[in-house]
Amino acid sequence: MADNIYQRYQEALRALESGPQPGESPAEPRSVAGAPSHPSIVAMQERFGDAVLFWEVQAGDEHVVFIRPERNQEILRWLKEDPAQNYLYLSDVTAVDYGGGRPLQVVYQLWSQTHRRQLRVKAELPLSALEIDSAEPVWKTANWLEREVYDLFGIRFRGHPDLRRIMMPENYAEGHPLRKDFPLRGRFSRAEQTRRALTMETEAFYTPQELTFMHEADDAPAVPPGEVPVAPLAPAPGVESGGGAA
Amino acid sequence: MSTRRTVEYSVSRTPEMGPNRQPVAMPFLPLGVEPEMQGEHMLINIGPQHPATHGVLRIVLELDGETVVKCTPHVGYLHSSFEKLGEYRTWNQIIPLTDRMDYLAPLIYNCAYAMAVEKLMGVEVTERCKVTRVICMELDRIFSHLLWVGTTAIDIGAFTVFLYTFQERERIYDLHEAFTGARVTPSSTRIGGMMADLPAGWIEQLQHFIDTFPRTLDETETLLSNSNLWIGRNRDVGVINGADAIDYGLTGPNLRASGVDYDIRKDRPYYDYDSYDFDVPVGVHGDCYDRYLVRMEEMRQSLRILQQAVDRLPGGAMNVDDPRLILPGKGDAMSDMESMIHHFKVVMEGVKAPPGESWYGIESSKGELGMYVVSDGGSKPVRWRVRGPSFINISTLPKLVEGYMLSDVIAVNASLDIVLGEIDR
Repeated sequence: MADNIYQRYQEALRALESGPQPGESPAEPRSVAGAPSHPSIVAMQERFGDAVLFWEVQAGDEHVVFIRPERNQEILRWLKEDPAQNYLYLSDVTAVDYGGGRPLQVVYQLWSQTHRRQLRVKAELPLSALEIDSAEPVWKTANWLEREVYDLFGIRFRGHPDLRRIMMPENYAEGHPLRKDFPLRGRFSRAEQTRRALTMETEAFYTPQELTFMHEADDAPAVPPGEVPVAPLAPAPGVESGGGAA
Repeated sequence: MSTRRTVEYSVSRTPEMGPNRQPVAMPFLPLGVEPEMQGEHMLINIGPQHPATHGVLRIVLELDGETVVKCTPHVGYLHSSFEKLGEYRTWNQIIPLTDRMDYLAPLIYNCAYAMAVEKLMGVEVTERCKVTRVICMELDRIFSHLLWVGTTAIDIGAFTVFLYTFQERERIYDLHEAFTGARVTPSSTRIGGMMADLPAGWIEQLQHFIDTFPRTLDETETLLSNSNLWIGRNRDVGVINGADAIDYGLTGPNLRASGVDYDIRKDRPYYDYDSYDFDVPVGVHGDCYDRYLVRMEEMRQSLRILQQAVDRLPGGAMNVDDPRLILPGKGDAMSDMESMIHHFKVVMEGVKAPPGESWYGIESSKGELGMYVVSDGGSKPVRWRVRGPSFINISTLPKLVEGYMLSDVIAVNASLDIVLGEIDR
């Protein structure tokens, strides 16, 4: 009996460590059933042809369309600016990792107030090439949302103006936490995590721009060079008194 | 040639301490004589521990004199990776995580999550549950707005309002406690229903709140709406126009203050919101003062919805009659073998969701709250994503404060109604 309880305890712990197994999920969660019923997907197909890969309907009334990742910015811009689509709201940008080496999905959730329509656009990125064009030039909302996806999934957004980590510190070295291959308790041991936290440089909490700003201030001579002649042996009084730069 | 230098910003108002803890005489400058900065910019750091940041938000400001040139908010100090934790928990075990995000309107988050999962599972909750959830959500909208008015008034410099609003919040805390047993983190919903039916006398307690709350609301408005201080600090501060607000992703009262009439309760109605009679207040100027007016009016409209919901609350079962989701009664589980096995399976294996995904956006007190759940057919989600309104709202802070004064940063940050638990998740 005691063995039994011990075994169950071990199993529960193992399950907690490993989390949902990729083997549990269906092989390829995709379906192409007849012609699309969402007017935006129909129009997308006419305009972009084979850049629209396939579509599916989820949870009864949620239309999802998969596009080629190379053309995402062009398609998203059209979805926003075409008067027949007018998806002015970018509700969400996120990513989904199904695990098991399958491609990561970048998910854009759109809402068109003019036409009272919702649409979810997805682009699949293979793990070997996690790069996609940024949607920030199209919607300003995408700025922080894409930073979050970059931080937690490691997907790089080309053309993003400020692609930095947002939740984790800039010098976080354990990887990207929301990926399925990332263990729940992190990659490093507790001791290593504590050591890193204690030796962390405070500069990690500033943006690169701010750091340049501060270093400029530190390096800047109090008196602009050229105006005061600098004599190495007998310095002029003005140079001595304003020497805060040292 | 302009040079730049950094200045440490101290919020402490206590005088500088010298040896033996004696205050040091500060060299005050004669009135009208200020040091000439010659175009130098200052870098100021506010937070992460600062009362006006409403949590652990850190803002780095570049100032030209008192004017903000550049603003960089830094978030993540409270990051607990709720979304990752959710992937290791069964569908019902995630509910306690949801109300730890926005602890100012926990019931809204409970409901939004349960609604997303129920949509994924194809479960239609009972009529009584729907109306109860509407009551919960509108109650917490008032709950959250009351905190906003109180703390914003403190930031601006009016302390009394805080006492008024927190007295009313205490009554909502009591309602939370009577219903769920917890005040701040109620974890009230379950997949397919609520944790319990409404206790006896709860509706009467709520009715008493609905009847007496408008008086406090009026008093609060007399304290603020025409106050010189309040108007001076809020009007024409942090202005954003409608088109920009949409582009930057503002939602909720912040968006409506800019004159955009987008309320999910009206535009994508859920839980029969289209059958309730209520108005959506919309501002004109898109400044802090309009955001205040919109929120005050929203509380009145929420009261109208609450009254209608109380009037129409039907009897019947609270939970769906679906053995896959709902535990058998305690009496059955203790006396009947099959019920006990059923109880064990639901608890140990968890509720299973079919493969697929669903995205549910509802109107929370702070804006559009989206819950995105992806299932692979197991009892745990593959991905659980929260589109938090505060996260998007705070990302617009640079747009709102650049060009304004340092003191306006506090007013604008307060007017956005953020909660850091949900920004950092």
